[in-house]
Amino acid sequence: MKVALFIPCFVDQLMPDVGLDTARVLRRIGYEIDFPEEQTCCGQPAFNSGYWNDARPLAERFVRVFRSAEAVVCPSGSCTTMVRNFYPELLAGTALRDEAVRLGKRVFEFSEFLVKVARKTDVGAEFPHRVAYHDACHALRELRLKQEPREILRNVRGLELVEMQYSEDCCGFGGTFAVKFNMISTAMGEAKAASAAAAHAEYITSTDPSCLMHIEGILRRQNSTVRTLHLANILARTESASERDSRAAASEKAR
Amino acid sequence: MSNAASEFLRDAATKSADLAHRQIIRHGIDKYNEAFERGRARFFNWETARQRCYEIKWEAVNHLDRYLVEFEERVKARGGHVFWAENAEEARAYITDLAKRRGVRTIVKSKSMVAEEIHLAPALEKEGIKVYETDLGEFIVQLRNEPPYHIVTPAMHLTRRDISALFKEKLGGIDTEDPPELVGVARRWLRQTFFAADMGISGANFLVADSGMIAITTNEGNADLGTSLPQIHVALAGIEKVIPRLEDLAILWPVLATAGTGQPITCYNTLIGGPRGPNETDGPEEFHVILLDNGRSELLADAEQRDVLNCIRCGACLNACPVFRSVGGHTYGTTYPGPIGSVLTPHLRGLDEFQHLSYASSLCGACTDACPVKIDLHHHLLHNRRNAVNEAHRPWAERIGFKFWRWTTMSAGRFAFLGSIGRAALRAAYALGLETTVLDPLRPWTKDRAAPRIPAKSFRALWRKGIGSN
Repeated sequence: MKVALFIPCFVDQLMPDVGLDTARVLRRIGYEIDFPEEQTCCGQPAFNSGYWNDARPLAERFVRVFRSAEAVVCPSGSCTTMVRNFYPELLAGTALRDEAVRLGKRVFEFSEFLVKVARKTDVGAEFPHRVAYHDACHALRELRLKQEPREILRNVRGLELVEMQYSEDCCGFGGTFAVKFNMISTAMGEAKAASAAAAHAEYITSTDPSCLMHIEGILRRQNSTVRTLHLANILARTESASERDSRAAASEKAR
Repeated sequence: MSNAASEFLRDAATKSADLAHRQIIRHGIDKYNEAFERGRARFFNWETARQRCYEIKWEAVNHLDRYLVEFEERVKARGGHVFWAENAEEARAYITDLAKRRGVRTIVKSKSMVAEEIHLAPALEKEGIKVYETDLGEFIVQLRNEPPYHIVTPAMHLTRRDISALFKEKLGGIDTEDPPELVGVARRWLRQTFFAADMGISGANFLVADSGMIAITTNEGNADLGTSLPQIHVALAGIEKVIPRLEDLAILWPVLATAGTGQPITCYNTLIGGPRGPNETDGPEEFHVILLDNGRSELLADAEQRDVLNCIRCGACLNACPVFRSVGGHTYGTTYPGPIGSVLTPHLRGLDEFQHLSYASSLCGACTDACPVKIDLHHHLLHNRRNAVNEAHRPWAERIGFKFWRWTTMSAGRFAFLGSIGRAALRAAYALGLETTVLDPLRPWTKDRAAPRIPAKSFRALWRKGIGSN
């Protein structure tokens, strides 16, 4: 099967490695990957801020760009939610509404695709670290994905999955909320950082790069030793990669 | 920006940084969560119970015309009075007039969010009538001259020590931090006022149409004393409180109790159908029910958000809300704080003035999952935002910003080009060490967070080079 990559606009611009690793993992388990270069943004920033008239042409554009794809995989639960859950409402009464509904059923969040479509929870990854999974809100409460990413993480060699207290609490990103209500957003992020530290996690992972960008910003400002990695980044680490890492670390030490 | 919005921003900044406050609330809500989980486990199927409650309320809300009239007829048949108040002013005027006509000097009041909504107590006090809050939490916040912090637990922001100091200062008496002893102090003090009061004011959790009764739920029994000892009982309720049948309480009562506090059933659940009957030995001589509209009819006309009228004021959405837990109940500056307040207040008090509350949310959806009557809370925040944009309440800079965003993203070429310019500018700024200075281009973001590491190349540029295919 050929899979079309849906790379959210901010991942394209700010976190390209998340997109690359998503492609690497999918290819490793046998999928042919297509990146429709006409894609830009699904319209969620405008939609969430109330600018539905500005979001609508982007939604229509998205449907046209991806209409021929057999399956679309996105490394963000939030952008997947936009297409699957919100396009029908946004495009209500337009010619593309029904097609958007059908397309929504073929758009999958990355972990959801691995578990439910590819039926592969072991993708041959190795990552010998203590990792906590942060339940990103849209994946958890809009797409109802809770066990899928955890199941995959449990199959990563060497990885110890730890649960944070309040793992279902929002990290505080929330799109423009993060800057409009910066003080509330960071208070929520600090609570998340504290939960990760209390669970003695080395890494926080999630299905949403935007949450991770926010959490990472807080952790780095606090000079915390906890780091963030997207699920795809972890799954892309194979045995040889982690050997490379440890060799590099060893030579670093030797110097 | 409206006054309410700038006050919200100011108070939110203070409260979010107040770690002691955050800890008190976290502790209180942790205890609630434990109790709620135990409570939910007692249900054979909590989701089915939620669905049933939703259906009951939905039926009632969609037939308010029929059920309210049925309720009114039955109350009147038993000698009670029913007053339809279009707005807060009419409701206040009815009660103050009644109190003045009957020479009422003191009133005992049990918990009623509608009384808060119409600012009843200050109006009565202005007429020289003393109003005593008899719910313990309300009694405490009244002593502090504060509005309730939370719709179910009005004093949840206070510790034992705070309450002890407050009682010592305002009531005198013993010096203790022991909760049962503190309750004892309040009880002895309140007991005298119950006997002295000329009027009792209560809310109503439900108005039961088929039996013409109001249902009141408390944990302290204060409403039972307050509605049976004084000569006059006035019950206040929003029109959305009506339910079709007495038997509906069989599910609504336990669901309200569980969602509210985790209890299987609240301690006191009382049905009141009118004044003292001819052969009865107790109860008030007069019974008045005030049915308040105050914007609810307009909400009813809004097919998209009508389910907001399902609300049974259990407070579960407040407890579930990470924004509420960060900023606290008072910061909202509204009668109803938390998610339900952010959704409802623009309808009651104007979207222009209160749109900011719909934006002060990460849209995490925890409220919607918590709601026992399945109000689509976080999606309504989205609807309020859309309405704010459509009704031209948003700042011009934001409007232009999204127009520009749309123009940029309608072409992949433009998007890639402008993206690379933007990244180059950010990389240059951070290479020059401008992070956190006044020249930091991501200023609001970087106030309390490190700037994201800006990559030299976008995904699409790397993809074209064949990176990612190994």
